[in-house]
Amino acid sequence: MAKFDETPIIKDPAVKGELRPPKIREHASAEVKCHPSKPKDTAAINLPSELVPDWQERAIARFGELLDKNQALRVYMDACVRCGACTDKCQFFLGTGDPQNFPVARAELMRKVYRRYFTPAGLVPGLGDAADFDEEMLQKWYTYFYQCSECRRCSVFCPYGIDTAEITAAAREIMASIGISTKYVTEVVAKVYETGNNLGIPPLAWIDNSEFLAEDMEEITGLPIQFPVDEEGADILLIPPSADNFANTDTMIGYGKLFHFLGVSWTTSTYCNEAGNFGLFLNFENLQKVNQRMLEAGRQLGAKTIIWGECGHAWRAGILTPTLSGSMDDFDPPYPYHISQYIVDMFRKGAFEGHIDKSANDEFLVTYHDPCNSARAGNLLDEPREIIRNTCNRFVEMPRNTIRENTFCCGAGGGLLTDELMPIRMAGGKPRAEAVKYTQANYLATVCAICKAQLPELMKYWEVPVQVGGVIDLLANSLKLK
Amino acid sequence: MSTSDILWTLLSLFFIGLAYFATFAFVAGLLWRLYGYLRTPMPLPHSLTPAPKTEGGAVLRVLGDVTLFPNLFKADKWLWAGAWIFHAALVSVLFRHLRYFTYPVPGIVLYMEPVALFFGILFGVAALFLFWRRLGLPRTLYISNIPDYFILVLLGLVAATGLMVSYWMHVNIVDVKSFILGLMTFRLVEVPRHPLFLLHLFFILVLMIYFPFSKLMHAGGIIFSPSRHQPFQVQVRGKRYKNPVERY
Repeated sequence: MAKFDETPIIKDPAVKGELRPPKIREHASAEVKCHPSKPKDTAAINLPSELVPDWQERAIARFGELLDKNQALRVYMDACVRCGACTDKCQFFLGTGDPQNFPVARAELMRKVYRRYFTPAGLVPGLGDAADFDEEMLQKWYTYFYQCSECRRCSVFCPYGIDTAEITAAAREIMASIGISTKYVTEVVAKVYETGNNLGIPPLAWIDNSEFLAEDMEEITGLPIQFPVDEEGADILLIPPSADNFANTDTMIGYGKLFHFLGVSWTTSTYCNEAGNFGLFLNFENLQKVNQRMLEAGRQLGAKTIIWGECGHAWRAGILTPTLSGSMDDFDPPYPYHISQYIVDMFRKGAFEGHIDKSANDEFLVTYHDPCNSARAGNLLDEPREIIRNTCNRFVEMPRNTIRENTFCCGAGGGLLTDELMPIRMAGGKPRAEAVKYTQANYLATVCAICKAQLPELMKYWEVPVQVGGVIDLLANSLKLK
Repeated sequence: MSTSDILWTLLSLFFIGLAYFATFAFVAGLLWRLYGYLRTPMPLPHSLTPAPKTEGGAVLRVLGDVTLFPNLFKADKWLWAGAWIFHAALVSVLFRHLRYFTYPVPGIVLYMEPVALFFGILFGVAALFLFWRRLGLPRTLYISNIPDYFILVLLGLVAATGLMVSYWMHVNIVDVKSFILGLMTFRLVEVPRHPLFLLHLFFILVLMIYFPFSKLMHAGGIIFSPSRHQPFQVQVRGKRYKNPVERY
């Protein structure tokens, strides 16, 4: 794997926190593509399994439908003046130097087609700046719309708030409708319908894992910390990202200790044990179907409240739940409810007073990585920081232009967390790695399962010695259980 | 009638025709595009956070975007300065042009007279800066295309010819005004016999025709940009975003 660019991304952050854009290297990442989807997966999620014969007409027709149904897409096709404000903002350009990873260049792939088929400007060659939707263009779409993590950092800097994620999502929607999708995303969505979660953990294995965790906890703490599954009538249904029960078990233990400490009844569901919604990265139909499962699980078990676990894009889809999946009025407010918000509410009620030992986390110098989705699409900016400040003595922020709404994506969001995209992931994560390196922190806290999967590999690749973990892990660490 | 009289009459007919056509294309095109934005729903609430929690806050945000370009300020200070001066000067110059369209002329327009030259030059300089930036920065050079240069050149020519007929090769203002008021009241008169002024007019009419079909629609589009005009209200109790689209 070639390192894309060796120049430092953060130039003297102590003074200005400026980012130095790399030199333009055309076609630098043109060959990094996702594996195409497999027929067994596309069949399971109602998509054509191969490029349909009349794909050009169907794509343009679908494009037209979306233009009539999505104000963002319609406005963003016209409004860009190509001022270049976004050109040094995307981590995938900063990492690869490929100018097609300018947010504006990415969007232009779609705009050229838009101008050709939907505006009179398409009739004037040159002046209209239009292009046919041919095989070459489709290839570019497939490459570069799957090198975008839909993180929306560019839209923070756009004078018109042009949201490249809306454009990328529409392009993927159109591609999906003509039989072009990626193996990773379709596989994951298909697994959700089959097993209830992205990782394909069958219900029995989930129950096994949960029991194993409980035994472990009993051994370590001597306390009956439970990880209930499918418990009818529990007050709280927790929907974590399934990785928490499998890879990030510290986070799962965190949930367990938290609810044990508060003495509330809670459960997970084997019907829906996945907060992450990969429909978001594929098409609207699957976004809606996957989201629907959360409310169904809540109603099956008669839970009073549904709480979303530490997962970034889960929360991005989660806050849309009442619109996507109908009223949530049969659940207790507030809703949708995120675990970080829940913990902060408990702090404000004084539930933890006298039971937090901050010095338990003294070995850590903690910094916080804002996952793109929870920060820029879910307004979770202060809550995780409040939890960290309440549970740790040593907390340090990364440079100002790399946190909160200016945060850099970890490099693997938006359906890019797949091995064949490794060069893009490592290059795209470079700004984040540089920012972490600058703080010299040894604990990188975050609230997203995709970040938690990507960041350890990223930090190893860029040689940043730091441990990655959840925010709730820190809470669990400092909590004096009773 | 001399040959030159016939020529001027033909030219007048051409410009009168073009002026009405351009006005129609501009107004109808603009309304058609804006109506397109207005009638298109959003399938989901747009949540680019942090964002204002209320409708009023979102309106203020859009007003701020239109007048101050705060996002551009965050992104690139030089670009912000160039773009803001460019737009502010353009608005001032357009406003001052009211003196050719109104009778009697509002007092405030007349008060601007002493600084009009300043704004005209400022506009031209800002246009030059933006043009230079497109060529000078590798990143903007890469994304710039014929339409980007075309519009800047067109605006630059409008500014140059406008400044020239105002401060150097003077056009008779009475002729200009009677021509324009004639167009507005359908009592047509001959065009001012001043080639440079006609060039100025021609560039403007071309710009008007091109406007609704080009990136100049950013002027109206910004008001309809969901990430700016929508407040973040998805988590307010009882507040459910009414989805206007049955199936996406």
